[in-house]
Amino acid sequence: MSKADAAAAILWVGATFYALFGGADFGGGFWDLIAGDAETGERPRALIQRSLTPVWEANHVWLIFILVVLWTAFPPAFSAIFTTLYAPIALAALGIVLRGAGFAFRKSIEGLSGRRAAGATFALSSVLTPFFMGAVVGAIAAGNVPAAGNGDAFSTWLQPLPLLTGAMFVATGAYLSAVFLVGDARRAGEEDLERYFVRRALAAAAVAGVAAAFGLVELHAEARYVFDRLVDQGLPLVIFSALCGVGLLTLLLRRSPGRHPTPDGGDRPGGSRLMRPLAAGAVVAVIWGWGVAQFPYLLPTSLRIDQAAAPDPTLVTVFIVFAAAAVLVLPSLGLLYTLSQRDLLEAEH
Amino acid sequence: MFLSDALPLAASASNLLAAREQMAFTLGFHIVLSCIGVALPATILVANYIGLKKGDEAALELARRWSKAMAVTFAVGAVTGTVLSFEFGLLWPQFEHRFGSVFGIAFAIEGIFFFLEAIFLAIYIYGWKRLSGWAHFWAGVPMVITGIGGAFAVVAANSWMNQPQGFTLNAAGKVVDVEPLKVLFNPATGYEVPHMILAAYMVVGFLVASIYAVGMLKGRRDRLHRLGLLIPLTIGLIATPIQLFVGDTAARGVADHQPAKFAGMECIQETGGHQTEYVGGICTGDGVKGAIPIPDLDSLLVGFSADTKVIGLEDIPVDERPPANALLHLAFDAMVGIGSALLLLGLWVAFAWWKRRDIPQTRWFLRAVAASGAGAILALWCGWIVTEVGRQPWIVQGYMRTSEAVTEADGIWFSFGLVLLLYATIGTIAVKVLRGMSRRWREGEAEPEGTPYAPPVETS
Repeated sequence: MSKADAAAAILWVGATFYALFGGADFGGGFWDLIAGDAETGERPRALIQRSLTPVWEANHVWLIFILVVLWTAFPPAFSAIFTTLYAPIALAALGIVLRGAGFAFRKSIEGLSGRRAAGATFALSSVLTPFFMGAVVGAIAAGNVPAAGNGDAFSTWLQPLPLLTGAMFVATGAYLSAVFLVGDARRAGEEDLERYFVRRALAAAAVAGVAAAFGLVELHAEARYVFDRLVDQGLPLVIFSALCGVGLLTLLLRRSPGRHPTPDGGDRPGGSRLMRPLAAGAVVAVIWGWGVAQFPYLLPTSLRIDQAAAPDPTLVTVFIVFAAAAVLVLPSLGLLYTLSQRDLLEAEH
Repeated sequence: MFLSDALPLAASASNLLAAREQMAFTLGFHIVLSCIGVALPATILVANYIGLKKGDEAALELARRWSKAMAVTFAVGAVTGTVLSFEFGLLWPQFEHRFGSVFGIAFAIEGIFFFLEAIFLAIYIYGWKRLSGWAHFWAGVPMVITGIGGAFAVVAANSWMNQPQGFTLNAAGKVVDVEPLKVLFNPATGYEVPHMILAAYMVVGFLVASIYAVGMLKGRRDRLHRLGLLIPLTIGLIATPIQLFVGDTAARGVADHQPAKFAGMECIQETGGHQTEYVGGICTGDGVKGAIPIPDLDSLLVGFSADTKVIGLEDIPVDERPPANALLHLAFDAMVGIGSALLLLGLWVAFAWWKRRDIPQTRWFLRAVAASGAGAILALWCGWIVTEVGRQPWIVQGYMRTSEAVTEADGIWFSFGLVLLLYATIGTIAVKVLRGMSRRWREGEAEPEGTPYAPPVETS
């Protein structure tokens, strides 16, 4: 593997973490949005709030990691993407600001109307932000970003594939989030909420699956290079993703409404512990499938990884930073998640 | 959006102004929050330490309250900081295109620090209830280290824009080699980084102290208010004299390395020795109007001798002069003036403490502390104006003009307008939220309970 390829792999690692954790946080906002009126939605919203509060900022940092690695290791790709897709990128940035501010304010602002407005801002922007990010990724995969940059501001992303990718981002986040929340609800001993999120995980999985199927059709039509490699070199990853998805669906169906937990309220053997890894596995495989399908291009089919790469000393610095992240950040993140999952971090202090 | 299509030539000049305004505004907003992120953790931990060590409930209560406030400022700071990362691409794509591989090195390092800060900040803020006292305290210590590390990395990137080095360009102007350590430790790093970190500690120290000074002026003289004033004020007052020393060094560094910026901020027109220092006043093409002139002082400050030659604007090519010398000179003098006033405040406190082991007992002292928070923020903005406006017309001093870096995208004025509106709203709400918290604490009211959309939950 060349240094440039390794740097691209680091970029993909960042994207993987962001999709899993940042994506799930966006999904939490989606479920918050459609949780119904104050009374119906109160308990699911409270659970979402508890799960998100201690972790969302740390999860958000992966986005900054991706941006910085992209502009440092592959400056021409960064400027080509930003000068072409500035409209959806700016909308995603707007969504990020609204979402963070809405989430921070909705708990502490005075007066019910203010809290409703902040909560709605958070929830709505949690849907719009991943949609526009997906549109950006879809436009890149479709090969709509010219290597020289300054591509058309609208026709590059207002196309079926980018828009479908946006929808897929929203659905995937919702699906991940629902699966994570099933576990959180179980830990809190809230069985009805557990079933509530099992139903939603199933629905989101179905929507994400349908969007992915249409996405494949559009990929065939709009991004032939990526499609061909996806069903060739990328095929094992696609199959792996599908298997994870099917496995998770089986587990979810076993817990779905109409079926009751075992009388002692205990776990079905192996069941719930596998749900999160399966959900994550399905998403991770798609992200790496996309990477394999694009290879060796950063911008199919106009800019190759090696053409866009920064000089070697810069790439080596990125490797050192990545190694430091692996040694320092990942264990710290593990500590944060462990404390959070053991309910040692109290959102409502 | 469509107007600029009809006026292609005007568009890029107009974009440059809009992009610069938007960058200045979003940075000016974020810089206050990032100072809080850099220096508030240490302030909180001092109160936390006193509370644990001496079993001081008031100190612990202060640490708890400040960490709740930090939860709000950090959240807003995290998203406004993300906006800046986007703006590098949205507003200055050609800068990243040419120099991303150099400039990005410091930011990649900053990413690690910011990551760790976000993680340990969350553990600290939400760990009050369930983690044991000292374990919780130590979980907070990484916030202090990562705050300083992050500030180092970001400011090193800015220093590099002022003092670029550590890269090789080929004939086409493309970066073909990079020396990361030279990039990180450029000549300006040595003074810009400590200047910014000390500024953060001053902003937080005086800002937090000013809040409690206002409370004491309103007659709240309990132990909580006294400690709430003393802890941050002490931090601010310790930082101030060091800052004046570092700032003085920085000014000499600028005089050496960026004579155009120095001539702009001191309003020096003609090159030569025996330069007059103009305190205050409006800088014009024919000298400073309405200033207090002190003969020879400028030369003395730059080279410790009245004969020291200082380069004037006349020797800077017209198209390489900073664009707004009146603003530069005023901003520089305001920064130095406020810093000196804060030093006097420190001497006042030191004298009173030496005499009576107490802070000065006059309302004028409390009024001065109450004003010091806003003053420190104003000085921060002025310093940033000197650094950034003084570097113009360059984005990378001597290598790339800001006008070459700007985007050709449409709608930058529109986006600037939207950003103004959005940030004004967020800033207003943030202040409202923090004031609401403070009122609830004062009145012993509970936090608002229940979930966001719903009316408060019945608590039995």
